[in-house]
Amino acid sequence: MKVPVPWLRELVGLPDSVTTEQLAARLTAFDLKLEEIVGGQLSGPLVVGRVLSAVPEPQKNGKTINWCRVDVGPEHNDPATDDLPAGRGIVCGAHNFGPGDLVVVSLPGTFLPALGFEISARKTYGHVSDGMICSTAELGLPGGDQSGILVLEAGSAEPGDDAIALLGLNDETLDLEVNPDRGYAWSLRGVGRDTALAFDLPFRDPADIEVTDTDGEGYPVVVEDREACPVFVTRRVTGIDPTRPTPEWMARRLVQAGMRSISLTVDISNYVMLELGQPNHAYDAAKLSGPIGVRRARAGERLTTLDDVDRVLDPADLLICDDEGPVGLAGIMGAAHVEIDDTTTDVVIEAAYFDRSTVARAARRHKLSSEAARRFERGVDPSLQARAAQRVAELLVEHGGGRIEPGITVVGEVAPRPAVTLAADLPRRIAGVPSIDLEASVAALRGNACEVEVQGDQLVVTPPSWRFDLNDPYDVVEEVLRVVGYDQVPSVLPQAPGGRGLTRAQELRRRVGYALAGAGLVEVKTFPFAGEEDFDKLGLPADDERRRQVLLENPLSAQEPGLTTTLLTGLLRAAGLNVGRGHEDVALTEMGRVFRTRDDSPHAPIYGVDRRPTDDELAVLDAALPDQPLMAAWTMLGQREKRGWSGPGRDATWADAIAVAKRLADVLHVELTVEAVALAPFHPGRCAAFLLDGTVVGHAGELHPKVLEAYGLPARGVAGEVNLDALIGAAPELGPRPDFSSFPVAKEDLAFVVDASVHAGDLQAALASSGPLVESVRLFDIYAGDQVPAGKKSLAFNVRLRAADHTLTDAEITEARAAAVEAAARFDATLR
Amino acid sequence: MSAPNSDYDPVEVTPLRADEVERMRDAALEAIAAADSVEALKQVKIDHVGDRSPLALANREIGALPPQARKEVGQRVGQARGAVNKALAERTAQVEAVEFERRLAEEAVDVTVPVDMEPVGARHPLTTIQDHVADIFVAMGWEIAEGPEVEAEWLNFDALNLGPDHPARTMMDTFWVAPAEAAMVLRTHTSPVQARTMLTRQPPIYIACPGRVFRTDEPDATHAPVFHQVEGLAIDEGLSMAHLKGTLDHLATAIYGEGTTTRFRPSYFPFTEPSAEVDLLCYVCHNDPAQVADCPTCRGEGWVEWGGCGVVNPRVLIACGVDPERYSGFAFGMGLDRTITSRYDIADLRDLWDGDIRFTEPFGIGL
Ligand SMILES: [Zn+2]
Repeated sequence: MKVPVPWLRELVGLPDSVTTEQLAARLTAFDLKLEEIVGGQLSGPLVVGRVLSAVPEPQKNGKTINWCRVDVGPEHNDPATDDLPAGRGIVCGAHNFGPGDLVVVSLPGTFLPALGFEISARKTYGHVSDGMICSTAELGLPGGDQSGILVLEAGSAEPGDDAIALLGLNDETLDLEVNPDRGYAWSLRGVGRDTALAFDLPFRDPADIEVTDTDGEGYPVVVEDREACPVFVTRRVTGIDPTRPTPEWMARRLVQAGMRSISLTVDISNYVMLELGQPNHAYDAAKLSGPIGVRRARAGERLTTLDDVDRVLDPADLLICDDEGPVGLAGIMGAAHVEIDDTTTDVVIEAAYFDRSTVARAARRHKLSSEAARRFERGVDPSLQARAAQRVAELLVEHGGGRIEPGITVVGEVAPRPAVTLAADLPRRIAGVPSIDLEASVAALRGNACEVEVQGDQLVVTPPSWRFDLNDPYDVVEEVLRVVGYDQVPSVLPQAPGGRGLTRAQELRRRVGYALAGAGLVEVKTFPFAGEEDFDKLGLPADDERRRQVLLENPLSAQEPGLTTTLLTGLLRAAGLNVGRGHEDVALTEMGRVFRTRDDSPHAPIYGVDRRPTDDELAVLDAALPDQPLMAAWTMLGQREKRGWSGPGRDATWADAIAVAKRLADVLHVELTVEAVALAPFHPGRCAAFLLDGTVVGHAGELHPKVLEAYGLPARGVAGEVNLDALIGAAPELGPRPDFSSFPVAKEDLAFVVDASVHAGDLQAALASSGPLVESVRLFDIYAGDQVPAGKKSLAFNVRLRAADHTLTDAEITEARAAAVEAAARFDATLR
Repeated sequence: MSAPNSDYDPVEVTPLRADEVERMRDAALEAIAAADSVEALKQVKIDHVGDRSPLALANREIGALPPQARKEVGQRVGQARGAVNKALAERTAQVEAVEFERRLAEEAVDVTVPVDMEPVGARHPLTTIQDHVADIFVAMGWEIAEGPEVEAEWLNFDALNLGPDHPARTMMDTFWVAPAEAAMVLRTHTSPVQARTMLTRQPPIYIACPGRVFRTDEPDATHAPVFHQVEGLAIDEGLSMAHLKGTLDHLATAIYGEGTTTRFRPSYFPFTEPSAEVDLLCYVCHNDPAQVADCPTCRGEGWVEWGGCGVVNPRVLIACGVDPERYSGFAFGMGLDRTITSRYDIADLRDLWDGDIRFTEPFGIGL
């Protein structure tokens, strides 16, 4: 809300000693937060001048300039000479003025914000121009011929008068941020009341208006929907002189408040909206046919609003109509064909109170906001309509020469706001401010125009008609605290009962985060949005379930219409960015949620808010949400160990990618089973699936060459992704108990020849479980070549045998070894 | 060896003469002193201590002496041999020590060569700050709560007193899940986590919820569609705005250092009443009159905007099953991304999201 400061000062009678900054600071403390102080940058000498002579001088460039002598008052005039009267010589290129006219002269040293520089004397067209005769635009003033010189009304000022004060050129405007619960503050009336309260001044309500000439009908009205339109008032003013201009002070205030000056009638309508907060409309009476109706739109009905948009109406839209059809979208915008024009002499003034939601929904539906809609959405004083119409009518009489036609139509009435009853000490208890006693509470509330009754230890507070925000006891507390001052709240640290610390899952997530960093991975964060293009780059088959995204109604880009189903979309994109920026060796990780649609695409219920939903209802709500597990993903490109003086380094391989998953499993004390699978975006022969109790919880391996190419990544890059929720969920409460024997170890090396298709991991697992004496098994060599038959390979293992309670005998060792060989036999493994 | 001979004159057995033993000893000592390597000492040992050395040979002659002569001569030779052995041991230790030092000296390397062959990981500062803030709350006896990111409209809005037509709803720039009738959103704040907590347990409740939230802002230098915030909620008997202020002051000090106080400005949030914006005393200039005018962090204000807060609206308590007659509470929330960008002077918010390793790496594994 833009509040012209002089208007506010006049309304409240604010002492001059209060600066604009002080005013703004107090209003901010009253929940009317200052965004910005506008204006006040112009500096003089800017004075009124009388043109003494203006000599046209044609120039070579085809222009004609006026060489003027201007009387700018004794203080600023150069003395008279033999040829010239006292005054200053000024060159002016405009021609809409002549000798005798009063103009505004910016003398050297003047700073005009509209121009952005300081005026100085300068040589031009063979003269020294000792100042500038100002145009309307250069002064930053509204209306008139913007490029022409501003000619003041004869006799309205004297040469040498300060034009800044005369024209209000340095008026400041407060741009206030009005919170949505304070609809009343979208008016000078509302801001004025809070200002008076903030400075402890008596407040004279500009809405204290006597409604006159009430006998008879104003203009017939039929309200079909009284719920959407509880109050509708009309009255008529006739005989307006359409040639009358808007008073300069009114136009100035409108412009300062961010509106345009259009015509006297429209300006008065807007002025009253700014002053009282009541949007109102003036129809050209000659263009209305039949009574005004207020009803919902019919299917297929259309309306061209003032902004020249032809709109298809929704049956929920509330319309103002006449016999011919809609003349306005109620509370938002009128139609062009009934607007007043420069011949309008008789008008019908409409002032209504519309239901807040009806206006808000229609404005949202049509993506159309307006000064009126903004006020109706936030709540207009429902007791104001007749008085606002009276104010419009009186101003039309005063400035437009019209007359008020007897009679007023008032349809409907709104009941007073219900009283709020609260414990008298609630404001003190909730604010935590010891100084808030009964007296302070009552005074603060009365300052807010509430009626307050003390009944025992309770306060009965009846809010004024415009305070839609005062419904509950706590709402009342805020009003008290606002007056007492938020800066009065002391600082008291509450003592929480002992908490349980981080949950196990929270702790384990941190552990995983540190493990990933410990594996040399650099954590990144990416936006979780993705689309078909991403999934194509990953090479996901058409029927891959990872293509089934949670889609958004309003995504930021059409390329990313929904949420991602795998962290690899963001991670590989980030990897590409790094490679593009010249980093050859990149190891990235991200922990974050991915989103998976549910098959039945359910809708989340919307419950009431007057009670807690039942557990069953909450379960329904949760079941509707998509599955959104926390994942960890990683990618490694280029060298895992850097080349340098110590050696050639080592490239990251599929084994490194798998090792990350193993490391995460290790830090969580869970067992992952590894199986070979072929799955995008991985190399079909170099991808591991990780299983937890038979369920796949992730994958890792070398990325498919085509995926690497699509992302612009170097060959042989690797990646992996696991479901952390699943891993963490499987983590045991306690890690394994340390269990080791101090008896001597027996080391056996066993080399087997197996079919090339046998998985080393499977054979190793079989050896490890071949007997109770097997302490560990480790693969130390894989060989395929001349020494073994074609289609075969040799796998060599270190097997360590140890007993818990004695030194192994030779017989035991032989037996254990034999058991291992036998276990291997299941894989058709023959001892080499 | 010859039999004892009473006529034997020891003086006549040349190697056992006193001056001869002395000469052999001195020769040995001289050789020991002259040896300057383990190798040389080995030879000295063979020459002067070994079985074929003069002193060893002399020692062997003692048995041939008559008994009355053996003691004196034995003593003489024994002393000589003792002196030689001692000198040899000492010299050996000396030479070995020198040789050991020399070997270590020869093994010296250039320790200034790069040693970063192993990759070094790092954690994103937004992760670290969430952990840090969580720790502050845990130290206060609070707990850390969490919830889904795709959230039911009812929990993101309605339950928080943001009815369908509430003007504040449109200000939230919400991502809606398609179709709109699904009534799901990307949570615009972590407040639904507060609601979820109240829905599942009874007071006293002291929880903080750090997390990722979403608004439909096109990414640019100062906006991102995804950002992080931490919200706090306390519900107990007798809680007031003063307890809110105390908690925020404590949090401000814990994050920004001693002396960082807060101030309230009235504001409006549907889920709190009364509501306030909380400002932080500028942690760069501390509103010091000598510095504040030129301070880039607070732009001369002396205070920086921190977040929103207030007393939990009883309507929210009712929707979440908490008795507003018995309990009251407060809630607050603040962005964490700005904490990082302002403290580390990061001009472009996109740096947090691009994934360039040079952004994360300097943070290491902690702030
Ligand atoms: Zn500062």
